[in-house]
Amino acid sequence: MRLVILDDYAQSSEWAAKYICNRIIQFNPSEDRYFTLGLPTGSTPYGCYQKLIQYHRSGDLSFKYVKTFNMDEYVGLPRSHPQSYHSYMWNNFFKHIDINPANAHILDGNADDLEEECQKYEEKIQEAGGIQLFVGGIGPDGHIAFNEPGSSLVSRTRVKTLAKDTIMANARFFDNDLSKVPTMALTVGVGTVMDAKEVLILITGAHKALALSRAIEEGVNHMWTVSAFQQHPTTTFVCDEDATLELRVKTVKYFKGTRTPDTMRDTVECLLQIHKTHVDRLGELP
Amino acid sequence: MPSNKSVSDAPITQFINCRILRDHHLQREDLWVREGRILDPEKLFFDEKGYADERVDCEGSIIAPGFIDVQINGGYGIDFSQPSNDVSSGISLVAQKILEHGVTSFCPTLVTSPPSVYHKVLPQVKVHGGGRHGAGVLGFHLEGPFISLEKKGAHPEQYLRTFSSGGKDDLMETYGGLDNVAMVTLAPELPNSQSAVRELCQRGITVSLGHSVANLSQAEEAVQAGASFITHLFNAMLPFHHRDPGIVGLLTSDQIPPGRMVYYGMIADGIHTNPAALRIAHRAHPSGLVLVTDAITAMGLPPGRHTLGQQVVEIQGLHAYVAGLTDVFLVLGTTTLCGSIATMDMCVRHFKQASGCSVEEALEGASLHPAQLLGISHKKGNLDYGSDADLVLLDDALNVKATYISGEEVWRRGA
Repeated sequence: MRLVILDDYAQSSEWAAKYICNRIIQFNPSEDRYFTLGLPTGSTPYGCYQKLIQYHRSGDLSFKYVKTFNMDEYVGLPRSHPQSYHSYMWNNFFKHIDINPANAHILDGNADDLEEECQKYEEKIQEAGGIQLFVGGIGPDGHIAFNEPGSSLVSRTRVKTLAKDTIMANARFFDNDLSKVPTMALTVGVGTVMDAKEVLILITGAHKALALSRAIEEGVNHMWTVSAFQQHPTTTFVCDEDATLELRVKTVKYFKGTRTPDTMRDTVECLLQIHKTHVDRLGELP
Repeated sequence: MPSNKSVSDAPITQFINCRILRDHHLQREDLWVREGRILDPEKLFFDEKGYADERVDCEGSIIAPGFIDVQINGGYGIDFSQPSNDVSSGISLVAQKILEHGVTSFCPTLVTSPPSVYHKVLPQVKVHGGGRHGAGVLGFHLEGPFISLEKKGAHPEQYLRTFSSGGKDDLMETYGGLDNVAMVTLAPELPNSQSAVRELCQRGITVSLGHSVANLSQAEEAVQAGASFITHLFNAMLPFHHRDPGIVGLLTSDQIPPGRMVYYGMIADGIHTNPAALRIAHRAHPSGLVLVTDAITAMGLPPGRHTLGQQVVEIQGLHAYVAGLTDVFLVLGTTTLCGSIATMDMCVRHFKQASGCSVEEALEGASLHPAQLLGISHKKGNLDYGSDADLVLLDDALNVKATYISGEEVWRRGA
């Protein structure tokens, strides 16, 4: 696991966006070889999407040969509802970039046969050659996508009932009226995300601190489903200072760069190193 | 990218780099058009997996719904009230010219005329859509002859009429027919006006109160019978009085039937109404304000003498006065106002400046409100998905840069 700690939300959004941008460019996608990207929704990745749009507008990044697969969608919410994940993706991402609409996949929470819809989604991912990079966030209860506490760590795309915590967290988007919040959702499984070649998890804010600490400092546990990624070969957690508040000082120091032979190296140097190998194109700091 | 549109193969145009007027706000959003109507791009993306065929770079312009002028008597030497055998070509000429002012639909207006004129002119022009040939015709606005003698303004006295046959029959006798009529202005204090108001409303014709000495009760009764507009507020009616506000009092009347609204026309040319009066009206009832030009034949022409219906008028600058009956009276003559020679975009700019209102309000006064008044806001006067793509592109000072009808460019500045 790599744990990248930035000062604040803006920096972590930018870091993550640069990472994704450079991954796509390094992959050099074409008509015969698309880059497949798994995508999240919510307030955490919003800043990251803004940056990706900026890179697209400046001509540095094209999504022409990118296929996307979103993690989840509510069941029973009209697609045109402003809180649906379709609306989120359209308004905050798709309408600003040059992706081919046929390559933007989101689960349909209004399908006649929900299980068939989930099955078909898994098949679409297979047909696309699997996911190169799955970007996700975590809930305050440590869930990834809608894999609520208790979800199988080898689960696949399926219908899930939302936990009370999640419904309460979402109420703010539905006029604070609990009765208006959807109670079920379609979601990729933990296993589905684990199949991705690489996973990037964004975690910002003090309210996520406990979940982060349970996810990376405790054991693999289906009550904190993000912990499953301890067993993925290539996972990067990107977070801001606030999200580290529940971590042990030792953990934070380790990932901030006291790992290198020269123990006097400070955080910036360490991060520059990570930048150079993973984020900067042509070795230049943008 | 390969086309995969499932609903229609018609080309899709995406207007980019623009600010559009939607939900009463100017928003930085692209505007999508297909088959002459505003398209929902989100549905296009998810349902049809479709995308734009053509992109129009608006270079930061404002896109507003095309302006709608419900009171225009002529222009460029054309007087709609002049009986001729070819009224259509006169209307077409004006329709084409007003595209430059951002007007995409209008109601050609006839002032008080003898029945022979109505019988001759009305059948010659049908309601029809706009295009490169000019702004669309929504139907005639018949201003008179059932108006008050004391408030005739520039209308010829000898052709004024009353509802002596009970109302309905008078309408048919005078006008000959009511097809292709969008609005009638009358004075509600005339006896038997109620039955005329009801008859017109039943036919879907907007009834407007004007050129009248009605008091507030008479005006309210007319509204209850179906009237919904006030022709050029303040002009040709009794002035506001604190114990009988007259027609002006409709702006804040509590006798309007629930679910109904009274709109009022304002000629914001800086002459017909003092800016302070304009502000009082606007603040009292902002959602009812409809900008009209009341433009006359001399609009678009240089200073001089021109006809308006059966009378002669004199131009000096932006002022147009009724000239005396003899040629001796040149500049002075009378000082009765008779329509304006301002253009719609001038009125929008002047209204914004005089009232201090927002850009959105100024634009809605010339688009959304007239559409609501005429009951056509389901397809005109706004940029909602499904509405006709009648657009006006403006710069920040609200000067017209280009005009579109049904998604097609019909005028461009400098072209």
